[in-house]
Amino acid sequence: MSIIASRIHHDEGISDTNLRKIREDFPILSRKVHGQPLVYLDNAATAQKPQVVIDAIKQHYASNNANIHRGVHLLSQSATEAYEASRRTVQRFLHAADPSEIVFVRGATEAINLVAQSYGRKHIGAGDEIILSEMEHHSNIVPWQMLCEEKGARLRIAPINDDGELILDQFEKLLNSRTKFVSMIHVSNALGTVNPIGKLVEMAHGWNVPILVDGSQAVVHGKVDVRALDCDFYVFSGHKLYGPTGIGVLYGKHELLDAMPPYQGGGDMIRSVTFAKTTYNDLPYKFEAGTPHVAGAVGLGSAIDYVNAIGLEEIAAHEDELLFYGTEALQSVPGLRLIGTAKEKASVLSFVMEGIHPHDIGTILDRQGIAIRTGHHCTQPLMQRLGIPATARASLAVYNTRAEIDALVTGIYKVKEVFD
Amino acid sequence: MSDMMSDLGDLYQEVILEHSKHPRNFRVMEAANRKAEGYNPLCGDHYTVFVEVDDDTICDISFQGSGCAISKASASIMSQALKSKTTEQAGDLFNKFHGVVTGRDKNNVDGLGKLAAFAGVAEFPARVKCATLAWHTLQAALREKQMASTE
Repeated sequence: MSIIASRIHHDEGISDTNLRKIREDFPILSRKVHGQPLVYLDNAATAQKPQVVIDAIKQHYASNNANIHRGVHLLSQSATEAYEASRRTVQRFLHAADPSEIVFVRGATEAINLVAQSYGRKHIGAGDEIILSEMEHHSNIVPWQMLCEEKGARLRIAPINDDGELILDQFEKLLNSRTKFVSMIHVSNALGTVNPIGKLVEMAHGWNVPILVDGSQAVVHGKVDVRALDCDFYVFSGHKLYGPTGIGVLYGKHELLDAMPPYQGGGDMIRSVTFAKTTYNDLPYKFEAGTPHVAGAVGLGSAIDYVNAIGLEEIAAHEDELLFYGTEALQSVPGLRLIGTAKEKASVLSFVMEGIHPHDIGTILDRQGIAIRTGHHCTQPLMQRLGIPATARASLAVYNTRAEIDALVTGIYKVKEVFD
Repeated sequence: MSDMMSDLGDLYQEVILEHSKHPRNFRVMEAANRKAEGYNPLCGDHYTVFVEVDDDTICDISFQGSGCAISKASASIMSQALKSKTTEQAGDLFNKFHGVVTGRDKNNVDGLGKLAAFAGVAEFPARVKCATLAWHTLQAALREKQMASTE
């Protein structure tokens, strides 16, 4: 994540030789779609999986599978160890202070619901306010809306400018004594905008207001240090980080998580149960009711090891270079308009074309083997703000190449051909 | 590449492209006595269909809104096809059209007229909802439901 204007040449990115090797790590990239080589540019929806992650999951079920935290037998112990080792991997990845601050959940959506239902229901009441931004994903709107309906609280929405950047002083003006929570996306899935989380945290904390950061797009594109950011909660999904679906992470500061009531009841989250009373388990288990997605956690740990081995800075530099290249290439197409032109931007090329609906762009590109996302990207309020029904979105990952950007541009000219 | 282009040519037939660029009956109808909104939450296609029904006959039909080429052309051609048809005939035509675009009965294009241009949709399952949105909306309007959805 860096300033787009400064991205001219990145010698510290990924060499062509290494890029070829990285592509070989992802078996799906060698398949064809409609008889064409796959050009996968829908990484903001979900990233493809390297063989090591697929193998880690397979290995878990083939030779290490047992339920965790309850067996005296060897397999249960080694499955528990693998699960907890992944937790420590996530802790180091986010630079959290302690593994007990890492809660495994199904994904970012569940993590936000957990905080809204547990922290929110305890601390947010009638007349209180929750601040979101105009660029939030539905997953960071609806859980808070549900809470507001239940409690009589209300949402305040921090506006963005036409480039898709949060207007900081407008955000600051929304903070007041009624503000009880801020929840904000780190990197916009629809626009690629990188929000200045450090500043937002500082402003929110100035009013003693905790802040949750949705890092689903951010963790893939650069180093995240939750202690340096000083955010109170940080959430992400494993599947956008080259890991499996169905596993995600809630980071929370220990003292906050500790004071929060459980989100779901069940096994593993308890210390003792009688019909009269249940004593809850310690962190993080208090929030992990039921048998968790052990193989998913193992796969996520392996995905983090994989990106660490390539290097987060190298990945960011590579994607920044592609973003710069792609931005110039798309801007040269007549009738195409980029949506989201923030100065701080990561790996998303959202665009619209004059007289051609994104859905038609998507279909015609698909027939050429090029996978992009079209639609509102689960950000309907953002689309309304921008005055468009939908965009076409190409989003980049570590394995994408300049040749694939060229294929996208050629494909877009084909779209124009069909419609001309 | 040639297969790819011929598939796409089947989908984006000349008549479909022409109607998507110059939709017919694309207007608000003040005299409408039936009206419904149709929405595809997946892609944001959004139309209102207006109908003037007199004694089970569709005297006039129009639409407004925005969406992809397939959905807009479908609404436009539907509006032409149904004028002065009875509501029952409209239902029968939709059944037939539905069979063709979903591939359930894809060769049964007799009597479809210009609507037969949508036969190529069957090869693009993700686009069936685009082709049928206006029709579902019309059905909702005739049933006097407020909102149609493809979901």
